[in-house]
Amino acid sequence: MEPIIDLRDVSFRYTTVPVVEDIDLHLHRGQFAALVGPSGAGKTTLLKLILGVLQPTMGAVVIGGNRLRGEPVPQVGYVPQLETVDWNFPVTVSEVVLMGRIRRAGLLPWPGPVARREVDTVLDRLGIAHLAHQHIRNLSGGQQQRVFLARALIAQPAMLVLDEPTTGVDMRTAEQVLHLLGELNREGTTILMTTHDLNAAAAHVPWVICLNRHIVAQGPPEVVFTEATLNETYEGDMLVLRQDGMIFVQQRPHGHGYRDVVPEPVLGHHLGEER
Amino acid sequence: MESVLEPFQFEFFRNGTLAAVLAGGLCGLIGVYIVLRGMSYIGHGLSHAIFGGAVVSFVMQWNFYLGAGAWGFIAAMLINQTVRRTKINADAAIGVITTASFAVGIVLISRYRRFTRSFDAALFGNILGVSQTDVWVVAGVALLVAGVIFVWYKQLLFTAFSPEVAQIYGVKTQWVDTLFALALAAALIASMQILGVTLIAAALVIPAITARLLTDSFGRMILISPLIGASTGLMGMYLSYYVDAASGATIVLLQAIIFGLVLAVMAARRRAGQRLVHTHIS
Repeated sequence: MEPIIDLRDVSFRYTTVPVVEDIDLHLHRGQFAALVGPSGAGKTTLLKLILGVLQPTMGAVVIGGNRLRGEPVPQVGYVPQLETVDWNFPVTVSEVVLMGRIRRAGLLPWPGPVARREVDTVLDRLGIAHLAHQHIRNLSGGQQQRVFLARALIAQPAMLVLDEPTTGVDMRTAEQVLHLLGELNREGTTILMTTHDLNAAAAHVPWVICLNRHIVAQGPPEVVFTEATLNETYEGDMLVLRQDGMIFVQQRPHGHGYRDVVPEPVLGHHLGEER
Repeated sequence: MESVLEPFQFEFFRNGTLAAVLAGGLCGLIGVYIVLRGMSYIGHGLSHAIFGGAVVSFVMQWNFYLGAGAWGFIAAMLINQTVRRTKINADAAIGVITTASFAVGIVLISRYRRFTRSFDAALFGNILGVSQTDVWVVAGVALLVAGVIFVWYKQLLFTAFSPEVAQIYGVKTQWVDTLFALALAAALIASMQILGVTLIAAALVIPAITARLLTDSFGRMILISPLIGASTGLMGMYLSYYVDAASGATIVLLQAIIFGLVLAVMAARRRAGQRLVHTHIS
């Protein structure tokens, strides 16, 4: 089966230093994958290459069988980071969602009956139909993420690309967002997202890609999330714990842990252990 | 009733009022995009740039509208491209490009002292000197800009909200920017004679920010803002006739007063809402 995302020996550089190099990445329809790596690893650049905003300096980006030539393709629905959204911009939920239909929009400024029906359907599917006329600022983090997911879904893309969907939201909301993405994936949507939250990726995403300029490893988290792989990806000392089928990842503190700074008796005193 | 209609017996007042209503509506309409793109200063800057273009047109004996229009369009495009391609922010780009353009005009005026044309009207507006041709020009530009916004409404909205994402969703943002620069240059030239270089920025920004205070919906904002612009144009003309004050300045002052009132009402409503919450909590 032909992959929906097919990156063949892709490299990209802004100046002389490559941001990503020798990337071979193939994702098939129905996959749910997370791109992880430290800041500056090239995650956003790789997303931009897949979205068609950037053109590779070497190699080829093929999306849904079409080779990209610096032109975004309709097969990909994009959800930006919530932190990049202008929350004071005067738009309601339905106005934002309608933006996703721009390729199929008619000449009139207002939406026709088909567009309105599509908005209602996608909002209903994501459980936020009652918020259609609310301003986007008045929503919770989870609801805001759903609005931008709805905008991507109404474009009827073959796959979703999300840039750090769990950044800037609390743990519970992050959990809800990843659960929702899992549901969408089970309904058949192909998903690629970037994230800094390795624990959430380990718990919710069936395929992870470790990136640090090049692809260090990819596969199911239980296979890829080893201390050796993560040490290479993050160029740090990573600790991986496995318990009850779950994976927990933590950066090992280097002489900056509280136990190295605060003497034991003082700690004990603070914790009330002396009594 | 007669006293209400009294000013309309004068042709200069009829022309002026019509032009003020049209220019007010036009500036209110285009001002929505200016305010939302965080380029409030562009009206001020670009009108100065166009002044430079107007002087150059006069010296080169070009048609005023074409010469100044092309100058304004090029300045707007230069600002857009500088912001997109460099690390320079919009306010700095506007400051450099438009002030340099204004300076060209001043240099030319000081160099060629044999000017027979007064540029006072361009600087401060001369609504009472508006001819029927000027009214037709404003009406034509207003119709054109309204048509552009009607047809490209969704693309303009998406580009104003999030240009990078709009591009990913297939909006040709470069074209949208070019179209917007053309519409803005045309609107400024058409309104310059009426409001003047020094007051045009206010007419672009005040109705839009007042509308923003009144609604959280873009669709409503784009209706309210030109309504405020057009109605203050009409009321300002009346006021200026009865208090015998400069028309352009009266219109802008009226807009500022309405903005102040709306701001006060909104602040009072917010305070009342907070008090209600406190009462419920306690």
